[in-house]
Parts: sequence; structure tokens; C-alpha cells
Amino acid sequence: MLFLLLSLSLLCLSALLTVFCNARPERANFIGAAGAVSASAVGLFPAVRTLLHPAAETLSLPWPVPMASFSLTLDPLSAFFLVPVFILTAAAAIYGAGYFRPEEKKAPGLAWTAFNLLSAAMAVVFLAANAVLFLLAWEVMGVSSFFLVIFDHEKAQARKAAYIYLVAGAAGALALMFAFSLLGVQAGALDFAAFKRPEGPLAAAAFLSFLLGFGLKAGVIPLHVWLPEAHPAAPSHVSAVMSGVMIKTGIYGLIRALGLLSPWAPWWGWTLILIGLGSCLLGVVFALAQHDLKRLLAYSSIENIGIIVLALGLGVLGTAMGLYPLAALAFGGALLHVLNHALFKGLLFMGAGAVLHGAGTAEMEALGGLSKRMPRAAFLFVLGAAAACALPPFNGFAGEFLIYLGAFSALNGPANIVLAALLALAVLSAAGALALAVFSKAAGAVFLGEPRTQAAAGAHDCGPLMNAGMTLLAAACVVSGFAAPFLILPVSTALGAAFGLRTTLDFSGAAATPLIYLTAAFLALAAIVWVLAEKRRFFLGGRQPAAGPTWDCGYAAPSARMQYGASSFSQPLTAFFQPLLRKTLNIPVIAGYFPGKASFSSEARSVVFDHLYAPVIVRLRGLAFRFSWLQHGRLQFYILYIVAALMALLLWKL
Amino acid sequence: MEIIKPLIQYLAVIILSPLLLGLINRVKAKFAGRRGQPLLQLYFDLYKLSYKTPVYSRTTTWLFRAGPVIGLSAILCALAALPFAGRPGFLAFDGDFIFLIYLLGLGRFFTVLAALDTGSSFEGMGASREVQFAVFSEPAFFLALAALSKATGKLSLSGMFLALEPASWQAAAPALLLLTAALFIILLAENSRVPVDDPNTHLELTMIHEVMVLDHSGPDLAYILYGAALKLWFFGALIASAVLPRHSGSWLYDGAAFLGMMAVIAAAIGTVESVMARLRMIKVQYLLMGALVFSILALLFQTGR
Repeated sequence: MLFLLLSLSLLCLSALLTVFCNARPERANFIGAAGAVSASAVGLFPAVRTLLHPAAETLSLPWPVPMASFSLTLDPLSAFFLVPVFILTAAAAIYGAGYFRPEEKKAPGLAWTAFNLLSAAMAVVFLAANAVLFLLAWEVMGVSSFFLVIFDHEKAQARKAAYIYLVAGAAGALALMFAFSLLGVQAGALDFAAFKRPEGPLAAAAFLSFLLGFGLKAGVIPLHVWLPEAHPAAPSHVSAVMSGVMIKTGIYGLIRALGLLSPWAPWWGWTLILIGLGSCLLGVVFALAQHDLKRLLAYSSIENIGIIVLALGLGVLGTAMGLYPLAALAFGGALLHVLNHALFKGLLFMGAGAVLHGAGTAEMEALGGLSKRMPRAAFLFVLGAAAACALPPFNGFAGEFLIYLGAFSALNGPANIVLAALLALAVLSAAGALALAVFSKAAGAVFLGEPRTQAAAGAHDCGPLMNAGMTLLAAACVVSGFAAPFLILPVSTALGAAFGLRTTLDFSGAAATPLIYLTAAFLALAAIVWVLAEKRRFFLGGRQPAAGPTWDCGYAAPSARMQYGASSFSQPLTAFFQPLLRKTLNIPVIAGYFPGKASFSSEARSVVFDHLYAPVIVRLRGLAFRFSWLQHGRLQFYILYIVAALMALLLWKL
Repeated sequence: MEIIKPLIQYLAVIILSPLLLGLINRVKAKFAGRRGQPLLQLYFDLYKLSYKTPVYSRTTTWLFRAGPVIGLSAILCALAALPFAGRPGFLAFDGDFIFLIYLLGLGRFFTVLAALDTGSSFEGMGASREVQFAVFSEPAFFLALAALSKATGKLSLSGMFLALEPASWQAAAPALLLLTAALFIILLAENSRVPVDDPNTHLELTMIHEVMVLDHSGPDLAYILYGAALKLWFFGALIASAVLPRHSGSWLYDGAAFLGMMAVIAAAIGTVESVMARLRMIKVQYLLMGALVFSILALLFQTGR
């Protein structure tokens, strides 16, 4: 616990110091990054130790806030979520030190302040053992990331994104306050340890409001509208942290809430399953239609959150129906995917940042051929993309494998569960194939072929610090892919802290053998690749391969614009999913014998926002204008409102 | 002796796989009234290609060279987990088929990237179609295996096929028949056979798999052709194991029956190719959805039992 306090203080101290370095970019970069990296190194130690030797440590400090206590508890579940926070903070800080260029006019000092505060707030969210402290840290997390989203404030899109983000954050916090006060009224205190399950429908109300609050932060569909706006707007290493770990605070909260509200009703499981299925399938379909690399990655995060929520739902349903092996495998798969998604999505966002940094745009139709201009970033991005498609032997596979295995093991259970398992299998496999389409499109359009524009042709490689941050995460992706059996212990202790000892035992019993075999198979695969590569070299026999142009079917003057672009690559699938996507196509009418210039464009707008939220917002705005007479801009009346409200409260309390 | 049996089986697979394509070509030639190419033509091709000097496009990078190596490695690794004549392969564990399907995905991912690496729009088209059809065939494959797993109560590929007995066919014939049909459609799609793709077509615009490898030459092309033969064996072996539930216990006898069944499947593919034309590109997804529906029906029959 001492180490964690030291880590938190380091983060806060460096956040404070960077405020004063706003005029000196180099110094701000150094202090901010050094603070974040050292804090992560210090913080990783107690987190890993708690996972290996499960114990719960609590620290309570006096705090003169009513109903609150400054109590932090480090148990294996918190520790499991802290590990990706610290890994990603360190990698993103190293990367960020290279990403904020000193020659740019914009000073990075305040961005570092917000970044380090964000990391500290996330750590406190995972540690807090009191609802007031939790909500406070939750709000600090929201506000500091708001400042990072609005970093490029001169762009209208970033301002819009930040505004939506702020509103979504406030709505989520409101739902959480409601849920915590429901529990607090029952318990008479706001400490997590004092909370008991409310009786009857109140438990369901608490579950639903937790689901709303945490679902908003996690970005499940249909509560996701802020995510594809906010994540791409932030600087890329911040997007990595936001998509990698910040949305996982929603998952953490959901797991804690489920722990508080046990035993569960089967329909809770079904609710989570349906939300998960929807987010998983729609997230990846929306990702396929995007033109901007960072937006594509943001939608892919929604898909992965969907997979995690689906697994949680299977676990809840399995437990409620007494099918414990399914529950253990699903919960374990969810936790493993939390960690793995953090690593590969962080890497991918950093890769997208390298593209943005080097070519000045992340618009996929304007890129191409970057593999020659930034070979290292291209290699790391392809590796991350393979992990994101859950391809063996990288780390994305293990978590999904356990969820699949859980679903298969449930096939001989009661009909209710069989239906859930089959739905999960069908959607997971379709989403897996779609993810492959998404990431082959992204990697292909951005890095392969010939550059489509001057900007792409003149792209420059990223610096050593950015490469180092990405390499760190890529190494973590490979290592945690091959070392999946070593993750059984941490996952099972975290499961024990969340759902009880039974889940721990069920999980280590069910997952150990397959994961060990998987690692053996991964090693066999690596050996075969090595042998075949050597064999190829032998076949070549030292001959120099000839170089020529790409086969163009005899066409005399091919140009880079004739390549298959990102949207042509995904066109068959986006056409198939058009009823869901509602892409707007501007198809030119070509008439006459000598048609002039014509242009075609397509746009994938946010369907859920346009068709679900926009009509409601219009109604609400109409309603709000009826009360506009209250808002006249005279300060003295506003002060009167405040005084009157306070007096009313005082009278009510007396 | 028991120890080296899986090794002999594996060797048999990697040696005999190219023969399947020879058989298919022979059957097609018979239908067309031709004599056809030699049975061993693919072996000759592979030998010739291995010692040719490759030509690389100036647009390409390391991914173009890595694609064939990783593609062939993925399928070779998958074959190690495949049961042979009702006997488990090297790697048999709970959930091994999940690993196998994702291994095929690994091969597909790198083949597609290698195709996109050339910057040719023909290869882009092929890559686009390849990932599109996988979206329909992968769920069909998963659900077919789910039906098999439900019919046998086992969680590994070897376990499922070992638990499959003549009695299971008597009890669940409609379900097993449907899932065999689904697997056959998936075989045709995954291996780019008629009616999904025509391996003999001469027009780049209409190809799927062949167009993705247009630029590969020399040992790289040899790897790709060999990988395609192994993939055909992979899917054929699944079907052969499903329709050959009787195991005598004698390794030689079972092995011979299994190989005979593989020849029958090759003949079936050749027959399909000879008697029907390929579908229009936009109709392929309906064929694959047919496979998905077959799998779901098989599951329904299993659940209803």
C-alpha cells in the first residue's frame, strides 16, 4: 500500500510541476513522462504482488467529508485492473514524450498535467472502498480526460466531441449516484464493505442504474455515442489510455456491482448478454464503415467491450442457472480479455498516432505505402492488428478462446443456456471474421501498396521514443500471448476477489489444461514458421530475386489512385450491412456523351445518434425553451435562486 | 509403435495432400472426355517452382514474403491437431477446433495482407472477397461444430469424431447429414472451388483466391499451392471423419478406409465442378448462408431430440 501511495503522489506531484512548465515544452515532456513512468514502475510492484499472493490490504485516512472515508483497498480484483493501467501509462508516457513536438506552438504542459491526473484518478477508482471517494475519483477521471479530448480545441470537431463527452460523463455519474444512494440508504453508510443487497425490486433498480452508469463509461451500444467522437479527438497516446484502460473502469464497476448485488436473477444475465451481443456485432460493423483510422479503432473498442460484457452476461446467467464451469470460463475469459485488449488497443492507437504524426492525416483513403516510410511502426501495427483479430499466437486469442470454450461446454445444459451459448458462438465468430476484415482493411489501406497522396508519400518515420512506447506494448502482446498459462493464477485470484472462491477453483480447473496445450501449439506454430522460412532461404539458394512492377494485366499506365482503397475493400460487406449502417452515398449522375468531372463520396454517420438521440434532443430542447424565462442572464437573480434554494433546503432539514 | 503412429499419419497427410487435386482434375477430365494432366502434376509443379528464382514487385515489402510462409505454417500446424481415421493427432485438447479455425484466420490475414502489399487492384478485389466470404462461412463452421459437439458431448475434435459411432448416425441421421452438407459447402468456399470460385478461370476480375496470389512466384508460389492442397485435405478429412463412424480398431484397415473416403470426396468435388457452373459473385453469400442454415437446422434437430 505504501508503494501505491508513493505512486499516486508521484503522479500528482509531476502533474503539479508540469503546470508550471507550460512555457518550456522540453521540460514539461521530461517531467510529465518521468513522473508517469516512475509512478507506474512503483505501482506495478504491489499490484503484481497482490495477484500472486492474494490478500486484501486496506488503508484508511481521516477525511472530514460527511458520509465519506478516504479508504483505499487493494484486493486482487483491483490489482488485476491496476496492472494494465500502469503498463499503459508508462508506455503512453514514453510515447507521448516523443509525440508532443517541442517545435509545435501548442504547449504540452497542461496536457501532461491532465494525463498524469487521469492515471492517478483511474488508480484511485480501482482502489476506492467508499462510494464518495469512488465518485470523486470518477469525476476527476472524467474531467481530466475532458481536457485531453479538447486538446486540439481549435478544431470544431474536437470541441463537439468534448461537449458530448462531458454530457455523457455527467449522465453516467448521475446514474451512479442514484445507485450508490440506493445501497447507502439500506446500509446507512457509503463504504463498500457496509453495502448489502437490497430486497426485491430495489436490487433490480440498483442493477439497472449501475448498468446505465458503468455502461456509459464502458461505451456499450446504445450508450456509446460519445466514444467514437472523444477517443479519436484526444492526442494518440491519450486515446490509447482511454480506449485501453479508461473504458475498463466501467467493466470494473460492473463486476464490483455484481459482487455487491449477488445472488443474481437470470434476466440480469440475459440483459448483459443482449447488450454484449449488440455491441459486439454493431461495433465491428460500424468499424468496417469508417474512413478515419482512429475512429475505426474506437469502434473496435466498442466491439471488444461488447465481447467482455457478453462474457459477463454468460457468467451471470451460468451462475444463476447453476452451470458453474460456464460461469467460471466466461468470467475468466472476460478478465483476460480486459488485460489483452488494453495491450493491443493501446499499441494500435499509438500506431495510428504514428501515422497521424508522420503523414499529417489518419484518413485511410489518403494514405498507403507507409510500410516503406515507417517500417517499424508498420510492423508493430500489423502485429497489433493480428492480436486484435484474436489470431494465434498473439494475446487477443486466449480470452476469446475461454469464452468460446465456455459456450461450447454449456451446449448440453438447459435449453435457456443453450440458446445463449449458441447466440454467443454465432455472433462471436461472425464478429471475429468481421474484425479480420476491419483490420486487414486498416493495415492494408494505410501501410501497404503505393501512397495515394503527396502527404502519404512524404510521410516521415516516428522518433525513438514513440517507437519505444509501441515496442513495449508489442512485446507485452507477444509475451502475454505465449504466456497465457501463467496468467491463470492472477485471473483466478482476481475472480476469487470478485465472485468468491468457487469461481477461482472452477476456473483454474477448467482453463489450465487447454491453455497449456495452446501454448504448446503456439510454440509448434512458431517452430514451423521458422523451419519454413529457413527452407525458403534454402530454396532461394543465395540467388538474388528479380525486381519488377506489380502485375497490372498489361495495362500501360497504372497510377496509385487505381489501387483498391479502404472503402472499396469493405464495400461488399458494407453493402450487405447497409440496413444497419445507413451510409449516405453521393452518387453522381453521369449524362451526355462527354461527361465532365464527377465525384463520389460516402459517409458513415453515427446511426444511433441520428436515429435514437437526435429526435429526443430536439424534443428536450423544445421543452427547455419553455423555461427560458428563468434564464435571462442577470447575475443578481441567479444569486437569488441560489440563496432561495439553500434556504428551502435548510427549512426542509429543520 | 503407438508413439510413431501419429507421426506416420501426419507424414501421410503432408505427402498425399497434393494427390487430391490430381484426383479432382482426373475426374473433371473424365467428365469432359479428355485424358487430363498426370495424377502427380502438382508434385511436378511444386518441384519446378521451388527451384525457380522469384520476381518481386518494387511496391512490396516484407509482408509479401511473409504471407506464403505464415499461410503454409498455419495450415501445417492445424493439420497436427486433425484426427486421422478416428485417431487423435498430436495436438488434441478441449477446444482445439477453436484454435484450428483461428489458425485458418491467421493464414487468411497474412495472405490478404500480402495481396494488398502489391498495390494491385485485382489483388485488392480478391482480398476483399476473401474476407467477405469468411464472415458467412466462419459462423456456419462454428455452428456445424457446435452441432457435432452437442451430438457427441465432447469438446475436442478428436473426441467428437471418436465418440461418433454408427449408433449416433442411426439416432441423429438428419442432424449429421445436415452438418455434413454444411461442411461440404464450407469446403467448397474455403478452398475456392466451383461454384464459389473457379480455379481454372482466366479472368482476373472474377477470381478470388487465385487473384490474390497473382504476383507470387518461385518458392513462394510453391508454398501457396502446397498450402491450398493441405487446406483441401483439412476440410476433406473433417467430412471423411464425419461420414466414417465405424472403427474396426485395426489401424491399417481404418487408415485405408479413411484414405478411400478422401478419394471419394475428391471425386465428389470433381463431379460438382463438372456438372455446375460457378455462381455469380453476389450469389455466393446466399450459398454460404445456406450452409449456416444447415448448421442451425442440425442444431435444432439435436436440441429437439
